[in-house]
Amino acid sequence: MIIRGDEPGQIRLIRKLYKPGNYFMQGDEAVSYGAIFAGCRFYAGYPITPASEIAETMARELPKVSGYYIQMEDEIGSIAAVVGASWTGLKSMTATSGPGFSLMQENLGYAIMTETPLVLVDVQRSGPSTGQATKGAQGDFFQARWGTHGDHPIIAVSPTSGQDAFWETIRAFNIAEKLRTPVVMLFDGVLAHTRELVRIPDIEEVEIAYRKLPANEEEAKLPFGDPHGDGVPPMPLFGHGYFTHVTGSTHKGDGLRDVYTPEVHDKLVRRLHRKIEQNKSVYEKYEEHFSDDAEILVVSWGVTARPALGAVLKAREEGIKVGLFVPKTVHPFPGERMRELGKRVRAILVPEMNLGQMILEVERYVNDDVVLKGVNKIGGVPLTVEEILREIRGVA
Amino acid sequence: MAKEVYSKYPLIKYLRKEALPTALCPGCGGGTVLNAFANAVDGLKIDPRELVVVSGIGCSAWIASPYFLADTLHTTHGRAIAFATGVKVGLPDKKVVVISGDGDLAGIGGNHLIHAARRNVDITVILVNNFIYGMTGGQVAPTTPFGAITTTTPYRNIEHPLQISETVAAAGASYVARWTTAHVYQLIESIKKALTVKGFSLVEVISQCPVQFGRRNRMKEPAEMLRWFLRNSVPLSKAKKMKPEELEGKFVIGEFVNRERPEFTDELNKLIDEVQEHFGLKGE
Repeated sequence: MIIRGDEPGQIRLIRKLYKPGNYFMQGDEAVSYGAIFAGCRFYAGYPITPASEIAETMARELPKVSGYYIQMEDEIGSIAAVVGASWTGLKSMTATSGPGFSLMQENLGYAIMTETPLVLVDVQRSGPSTGQATKGAQGDFFQARWGTHGDHPIIAVSPTSGQDAFWETIRAFNIAEKLRTPVVMLFDGVLAHTRELVRIPDIEEVEIAYRKLPANEEEAKLPFGDPHGDGVPPMPLFGHGYFTHVTGSTHKGDGLRDVYTPEVHDKLVRRLHRKIEQNKSVYEKYEEHFSDDAEILVVSWGVTARPALGAVLKAREEGIKVGLFVPKTVHPFPGERMRELGKRVRAILVPEMNLGQMILEVERYVNDDVVLKGVNKIGGVPLTVEEILREIRGVA
Repeated sequence: MAKEVYSKYPLIKYLRKEALPTALCPGCGGGTVLNAFANAVDGLKIDPRELVVVSGIGCSAWIASPYFLADTLHTTHGRAIAFATGVKVGLPDKKVVVISGDGDLAGIGGNHLIHAARRNVDITVILVNNFIYGMTGGQVAPTTPFGAITTTTPYRNIEHPLQISETVAAAGASYVARWTTAHVYQLIESIKKALTVKGFSLVEVISQCPVQFGRRNRMKEPAEMLRWFLRNSVPLSKAKKMKPEELEGKFVIGEFVNRERPEFTDELNKLIDEVQEHFGLKGE
């Protein structure tokens, strides 16, 4: 059933179902096809605007590729089922929006602690609370980072178009598999519902990663150890007779609970952080435009990176030396590169559909002598090229 | 001492020795449940490699994880059945069992319990009902008897308990039975049936918590609690002839339902077959 070990069959199936070419589709559909190409064969979710089209597309497409779609009774149960399925070896995902993302936070923490690969798509909508349920926003930047309790690392990616959403979903799955960790994808209601051209590639163009499995009985006995020194333990899946014990409580390398010994907790939680920190090459990704000679830098993410690029291009036509920096993996934030770029420019603008969230990450890496200004818009309508251009002219 | 006792236990091969002795209090009903479950597995000659045991949070969640030697998933509070649903879909040929408590499965996790029964997903739930949140210090639960004293109902409980077995039977489970820890042989037989039935099965075990419940309700000794169970147990056949007022404070025991209904993972795989047939994808 799972793609692993049945690549030829799955490739034939995908080719028969999804002819390479350009399609006119919603961002939510692009996410779904990306997931199927990445090997996702289990989806559990609960309806919520503007993420419901992902559930609908998965419900329609997954059975065709021998995948499972389940609609659960709520978002808490959805991510719980995803974790359960992942321990059986299925690449698994769920998708939701802000309110559902809030409900999933406890089990997202569980997935981090138990090192369970999964992809959680948060199609951000305008909050707080029910807010403007049908409108896009970028207000969950820090919910993704710190929504679940306790010290924890998190990886979050954020695509900038429907096409990008297809590829970033695949990348999210690959990161989750390589690092045995949940990956959040911060999508948004604007891109989710925008219909645009998306090229579906041939499956051979797609890199597909798989989680490490235990090479022998010894490795299987240490589901939470670090036998390879890369911080990523092989995953002894359920149903193979390993008698694996998995718990969200503090545990030793063998999986057994030890909530009393300070060193056990310290060792576990520090390794979870080290696993992410020392494997930056697996997930770090950003885009740069005209950053070489820029005196002004626009730093933006997700949907807002698009009008930001439009504004930068127009400003360049006007002779303004402005560049654009777009983190594609937003957590962990690409701080080192941000620091380098920050040293070269005199002003930084951070446009985003919130009242200033990613700007706080930018602030950590730039000196006080750089003018740092947010370009913020809420209300459910995306920033326009004109609005950002006006701000660029203002600091030029 | 504890190690010696365990070494004499005939079903020790089903337990994780390195995790023993258990953290359960002396006199706790949890040990009886673990023993009954091990007996049922042994009686059916189930290879523990064919089992995945899932639990939530609380004393009863510890009964199987870590003590039972199988693949064990110790999850978040109330969500064990939802996690188990994902496991069962991924491993439809394995036996997926949830062992957890009343507060966990019927309180915070009540929604998952009802919907798993409605879906009739092939999971066996052993719900240990001790009327109390034990691990957190004896607070009132949705199962606490009317009038009982707990740390958060220091004067008396003014709420009425949820009838778990009746609710799950009404929601659509294939098999539902209720026993107490004073009915060990019936309990083992029911767990065996639950493990064999295709579909959602629930075995509710009324269990004693002398430390957090009995102590505050004039039953300090575990044996007093077991006598209380025996005195107040009413077989289902007899209960059917009794008025609701007469049943207040009684434990209705027996098999509530044992029926064949379409099972969720079967239906899911059947659907996949139909879809692939329809789109001409068979044999790809």
